Parts: sequence; structure tokens; C-alpha cells
Amino acid sequence: MRARVLVRPKAGILDPQGIAVERALPALGFEGVQNVHVGRLIELDVEDPGQLDDMCRKLLVNPLIEDYEVVDAG
Amino acid sequence: MRFGVVRFPGTCDDVDALEACARVGDAEILWHGDRDLKGVDAVVVPGGFSYGDYLRVGAIARFSPVMESVVGFARGGGPVLGICNGFQVLCEAGLLPGALLPNVGLRFICRQVGVVVERTDTAWTSACDPGQILSIPVKHTTGRYFVPDAGALEDAGQVVLRYQSHGNPNGSSNDIAGVCNEGRNVVGLMPHPEHAVDVLLGSADGLRLFESAARVGVPA
Repeated sequence: MRARVLVRPKAGILDPQGIAVERALPALGFEGVQNVHVGRLIELDVEDPGQLDDMCRKLLVNPLIEDYEVVDAG
Repeated sequence: MRFGVVRFPGTCDDVDALEACARVGDAEILWHGDRDLKGVDAVVVPGGFSYGDYLRVGAIARFSPVMESVVGFARGGGPVLGICNGFQVLCEAGLLPGALLPNVGLRFICRQVGVVVERTDTAWTSACDPGQILSIPVKHTTGRYFVPDAGALEDAGQVVLRYQSHGNPNGSSNDIAGVCNEGRNVVGLMPHPEHAVDVLLGSADGLRLFESAARVGVPA
């Protein structure tokens, strides 16, 4: 399985990268953009997709500060 | 008293940490690929960019062979100090509560800060005076300490060092600069005591942390 792990800063934790991007966009003329958050994308081929959650919790993600979502990338 | 200073690929403050330890005892390097802690009495995990900061700061270093031994040493009550990247590694390894996030200003910060000693009942601050202000440099990009329940950490007396009022450089919760584990033998901090061990460096206040561990001496 080709898996895609989307890692996001946990809701409620200050995300200065998101704020910086949100402020930069209007400077380029892009108005009406809100709630920008910057995360991480990890793509991997796995033989046993059942292990993905364990991989996320043990290495790919720090559950204290990040949320994640596993997507089947075909 | 013998200190072991861990060296990962990408560690850069190991030599200064070694020098700092050598001022109060003997000190040697512990290579990341070795499980043998060489019988040292205390371990310092120094600053730098272990494993290139890949994935997350400290995330990969946590799984190195030497860290397996350091975790066992810490769980057995051995004194362990994590400085900057070392602090990040100890948090990732679950030896210390919380995590380090990018500075609020998103910039690398390098400057001398005042740090208040909140607790002197830890392995690494026993030679300090309660409320003493240490002048120590910080130099980091990912130093914003975060813990889901800072109040509980305060109540448990695990906030060891705090940036001076209005001197918080990175947006850390409750101005926290350093914390300890429940056993008080493991301490982590973002400021660099190993860069402040001689008045020629601007301050010798950092020496107090190493003196504290030396005072504890050989664990029973």
C-alpha cells in the first residue's frame, strides 16, 4: 500500500508558521485567507498497513503536539 | 566523579560539555552507536542537531543504541542532563514531560538570558541557591517548551528553571526554561550552562549545574 501520512500541529497549539504564511499572503494580494496551518507530509510504501498507526505513534508523529491522518494514496 | 557526554551525528556542543564536566570531575565521550555507558556516574546529552533534526528535533536520536542505555540509567536513578537538543531528545524519549516547538518569533535566537532557579532539590541544581538568577546563553530555533497541563507540572514542583520575568525568548509556557522528571534525577533545559563556565565566556554561572551533579557523587 502507498500510504500518505498527514501531520498537523494539534488544534489549540500556537502555530507561528501558519501565522507567518497567513500574514504573507495578503502582502502578495491574496485576500480572504484564514486559519492557515503548516504541517508535514510523509509518503511511504508499506506491506502491512495495519502497522501504520503504531508507526505514527512511535516515530512519525509526536502525539503531544501533533495530530495525524493516514490516507490510502493508491 | 565521571561524566559521560553523548555524541550523536550532528551534535556540536559535546566538546564544550566535556570541558564543563572536566572542571568538576572526569569526562569522556559516549558514542551514539555504543550501548556501553562505560560505568560513568552521570550522563550529559548535549546540544546540536542530532541526525540533522530530521522528522522532528530529537525524534531519531531517541532510538539510537546509546539512548537505550541512557533511558535505563535514568530509570535507575542515574543523573542525566539534557541541554538544548539534548533536552529535546529526552522529551522525545519520554524521560521528561512535554515537547519543544518552534520559537514564537520563528527566528534563531542567540543571546545571554537570566534564568531563575526554582528548584534546588534536583540532581543538577543542588549547588544553586533557591531563587538564584543564572546568566546563561540560549541559542535555538525550537525552544518553545510546551506541556498540555503546565499547572500540574508546577504543582508537582517539576519546573526547575524559569526565564526571568519579561525575558522569555521563545514563548515557552509559564516562562519555563528547564524541567525535571518525577525522580528529580533527570533535568532538561534550553539554555546552555556548558557555554557559561568561565568569566572569560561572560559568566561562570553554568558551572553550578555540573557542580551539583558532582556533589551528588556516585549513585548508590
